[in-house]
Amino acid sequence: MPQAASTTAVPQAPAPAGAAAYATGLSKIYGAGETRVVALDSVSVEFGRGRFTAIMGPSGSGKSTLMHCMAGLDTISAGSARIGDTELSRLGDRQLTRLRRDKIGFIFQAFNLLPTLNAIENITLPMDIAGRTPDQDWLDLVVGTVGLAERLRHRPSQLSGGQQQRVAVARALASRPEIIFADEPTGNLDSRSGAEVLGFLRDSVRELGQTIVMVTHDPVAAAYADRVVFLADGRLIDELPAPTAEDVLDRMRRFETTGRTC
Amino acid sequence: MLRTALRNVLAHKARLMMTALAVLLGVAFVSGTLVFGDTTANAFRNASTQSLKGVAVAVQAGESAGDEAPVSPGAGTAAGKDGGRPSALDAALAQKIRALPGVDSVRPTVNGQATLAGKDGRPVNADSSWQNLATNYLPGKDGKDSRFPLKEGRAPAAEGELALDATTAEKAGYRVGDTVRFATDGPALTKKLVGIVTTDDPRVTAGGTLTLFDTTTAQKLFLAPGRFDAIAVAAKPGADERALTAQVQSLLPAKGARATSGADLAAEQSRQIAENTTRLTKALLGFAGIALFVGVFIIVNTFTMLIAQRSREIALLRAVGASRRQVVRSVLIEAALVGLGASAAGFALGLGIATALHPLLSTGGAELPDGPLVVSPTAPLASLAVGVAVTVLAAWLPSRRAAKIAPVAVLSSAGLAPPARSLKVRTVLGTLLTGLGVAVMLYVSTLRTSKETNLMTAMLGGALTLCGMIVLAPLLSRPLITLAGKVTARFGVSGKLAKENALRNPRRTAATSSALMIGLTLITGLAVGGYSTQRALDEEATQGLAADYKVSNSAYRGLETAAADDIAELPGVAAAAPVASANFDAQGVFATITGTDPKTFGRAADLTFQAGSLRDVGPGRIAVSDQFARQAGLHVGDTIDADMHTGGGTPNTKNNKNNKKKLTVVAVYAKTRAAYDALGAVADVLPSAETHKLDNVLVKAEPGKAAGLEQKIRQALGNSPLLKVQTREQLIKAGSGSMTTVLNMLYGLLAMAVVIAVLGVVNTLAMSVFERTREIGMLRAIGLDRSGIRQMVRLESVVISLFGALLGIGTGTFLAWAAGSLTTASMPLYETVLPWAKLGLFLALALLIGVLAAIWPARRAARLNMLRAIQAH
Repeated sequence: MPQAASTTAVPQAPAPAGAAAYATGLSKIYGAGETRVVALDSVSVEFGRGRFTAIMGPSGSGKSTLMHCMAGLDTISAGSARIGDTELSRLGDRQLTRLRRDKIGFIFQAFNLLPTLNAIENITLPMDIAGRTPDQDWLDLVVGTVGLAERLRHRPSQLSGGQQQRVAVARALASRPEIIFADEPTGNLDSRSGAEVLGFLRDSVRELGQTIVMVTHDPVAAAYADRVVFLADGRLIDELPAPTAEDVLDRMRRFETTGRTC
Repeated sequence: MLRTALRNVLAHKARLMMTALAVLLGVAFVSGTLVFGDTTANAFRNASTQSLKGVAVAVQAGESAGDEAPVSPGAGTAAGKDGGRPSALDAALAQKIRALPGVDSVRPTVNGQATLAGKDGRPVNADSSWQNLATNYLPGKDGKDSRFPLKEGRAPAAEGELALDATTAEKAGYRVGDTVRFATDGPALTKKLVGIVTTDDPRVTAGGTLTLFDTTTAQKLFLAPGRFDAIAVAAKPGADERALTAQVQSLLPAKGARATSGADLAAEQSRQIAENTTRLTKALLGFAGIALFVGVFIIVNTFTMLIAQRSREIALLRAVGASRRQVVRSVLIEAALVGLGASAAGFALGLGIATALHPLLSTGGAELPDGPLVVSPTAPLASLAVGVAVTVLAAWLPSRRAAKIAPVAVLSSAGLAPPARSLKVRTVLGTLLTGLGVAVMLYVSTLRTSKETNLMTAMLGGALTLCGMIVLAPLLSRPLITLAGKVTARFGVSGKLAKENALRNPRRTAATSSALMIGLTLITGLAVGGYSTQRALDEEATQGLAADYKVSNSAYRGLETAAADDIAELPGVAAAAPVASANFDAQGVFATITGTDPKTFGRAADLTFQAGSLRDVGPGRIAVSDQFARQAGLHVGDTIDADMHTGGGTPNTKNNKNNKKKLTVVAVYAKTRAAYDALGAVADVLPSAETHKLDNVLVKAEPGKAAGLEQKIRQALGNSPLLKVQTREQLIKAGSGSMTTVLNMLYGLLAMAVVIAVLGVVNTLAMSVFERTREIGMLRAIGLDRSGIRQMVRLESVVISLFGALLGIGTGTFLAWAAGSLTTASMPLYETVLPWAKLGLFLALALLIGVLAAIWPARRAARLNMLRAIQAH
């Protein structure tokens, strides 16, 4: 039972090494015939448990598609994608929905929150949907970590963009998912708020043992991750452990120039 | 701008569909009514032209020029035997008119009523006996009567013969050669059917019957030998109709007959036709207006939402140089295009409605002749104008908001949610309107009569209250929907989100519910008023009545005095009480006395005596009701000088107070419908009774013997087709039965407003789903499954519908209660009674409406492509 697993025995310290999610020969093809577009071309990658991984690449590289496929938001054309022991390609819509609800947390670029619910209601929404009672101690810890204790009764319209994204982070963390997918979580924020949010993401990995996969095109954001994987034209072309912003920028420039020459 | 508007209409086809449908239905209602009105008026006019064809002068008995009072018996004309009507017109007069220069021919007619017994013995159309025409077959020069073309057999020519029209013969099951049983006023008569004719008399096409006799027989039956009711004069070509009319008039006796020119008669008839159809058309247009008014809410909602969704587009237009006025105009043009398209389609549908209305209203009891569909040029023009005007006017308010969008809004990234405007103005205005409306209605609830000014006041109060509620609805939505949220919360997170969504934009929710509220206010008002009236009528029909059967004459011609004795002799009859009634004046008070047999009346009616008893009543000794006793200051032992009004068909009773009678009060009883102001011996009352006959006989059966007595009673009294034997249940039905038909028709007419309101719910939900695409995508991503999304939309729909229904039922009940007092004078037993079952049904219906309205929007929401939804902007 995923319920039991997520409410009782989640480790507080970084998890032992191993993959929280991985893809093998994952392909995603849109359309057919002349309009056929290969968004992902046999990608194999693994996302370590208790690690913070960034997916980078120029626009159109397939980085968002990879995330959507890994997170059960989109179907897979060929190959395999797994969250823990669960093979996604075999699941129907109902099972995927349930998987997302119980095992995955999401942070989108914008519009993460329901305007009709206040901060705490938004944070507990995934558990409300599942019909679970949130673990109050854990919730307090999460809320405290993102620094929202004072604003829990505020509606999204009464919060700044940075605060809204922090609510989104808290929501993703609150249900203790096996993995969190973040899609350009700082894309709409100013650099200070962005740094704050990224800091929370990194802390949640280091201190709470959370697994996070983040799609970004910002080298500064990627530098918060433990590891960066690079995508171009639907293929995994490189990766960088313990990156710095300069390293990432440098690598990106190189791809662009090689990309242009061929 | 026209192109922009056109593109917008085409681009938002789906979103404008419900609006267009609402306008379409409203316009269809309007055009259907207009075409129906034209068609009916035309059919009536055709019928009247037909009947007046070739009539230059019409001479009618019964009315003399300049004196509207009918002739009284013995006023110079021969009173017929057998109680036949007197008439100033006779054969000699017809001859004199015929001899006038310029007269081509005269057609003297005898008009009466004859109700047939069908071949199976059952009366044909006896409850509407005024429709059962009887007249004389009058052979012309060619030996045929041009009014009644023979279809089969020959014309009636002897006393024992009659002819029927084809429809009547078929309905009654008679063929040429059969012996037909019928009655003109009382007893059953028989004659042989010798011919079948055709007719297009509107009363016959509307369900009546036609019986023809030869002239002598008709005169014997209805008038007196040689007498006529009317003489139609045909002029020679070129004769002056007016001059001829004057000449004819000069031949007539000073009293008791009148000549009218054919032209005047035609003018008078078409004036009456116009008046009648206009009244009907006006009533229907009122309902169409309600439907359109409900549609306005949908239009306003749609354009408000469209403009909010399009605010960035509009800002762009403004940024590239479009003026405010141009923006407003483009919205209005868009509205006009939608209105025009929808109205055109609506008109087409209206033609169908007009065709369907005829049989629908005919079953409702209206007498409508058949005729071809007539479309006057005003009908399509008026329909289109109304449709376009309503759409444009309704879109005008939202269009002003479009003008307020600043060009800079094009740059704002989020900026879609319009700032919530304060509801302060609404609160003040709504409270004021509602308060005023309620105050007026509370005043109305103290009134006791339904005279015109009171009705107008009630309508004003009702309209004010309803408008006030519409204005207040957004304010009321918060507490009521929050309350509803407690229930929806049982459905988990979907229910919670549904409540929040319904609360999110109070104006939108309120406008959607208001549309439903209007329909339900009217329907509830109707249901409460109708139910209460029905109860009052039921109670009135049987108040104080202990009898199992009431025997009467369905043409109100009374029963022979012997009828009570004949019935009393039947086995199984415990008592048969004769009932006659007459009017009199005593101590300056007008009163009605019931004459009966004191020995049997106690078995047939429940009377509560406050002094004396029924046994004391007898010739010269009467009982009076407590109310009459109070009014006239009477006590037991008093003797009154009653001015008995003379009966015999003369309403002009004031001249006939020559019938003084000394009556002694011997008892006082509690007033009841079974006995009017006073109760006396039948012998004292009969001479002054309207028909000099019994009104009815009340029959009490021996215990357990009531069933099946009806046939025995009919047989005992000669089984005349005019004989009416009603059981208690039938009496109750007769009291309120016809109301059910009318109520159902009104429900049907109001249902249109509800249907449009349902479209409004669908519309709001569909557009809300569109607006909330990203939210729905996000909810799906974080784990709400499709059924959860569907449930969310469905519950929001149900909450909105129930909110509207609740306001409507509440307002309708209040209005019905307040206006109910107006019936006090005419219906003393009226009391507001809530038809709980019906109100419950309305709520259940609202629930169903909510579920049904959500089907399509919920499906759309559940089927949204999640990825695109998340990325949508």
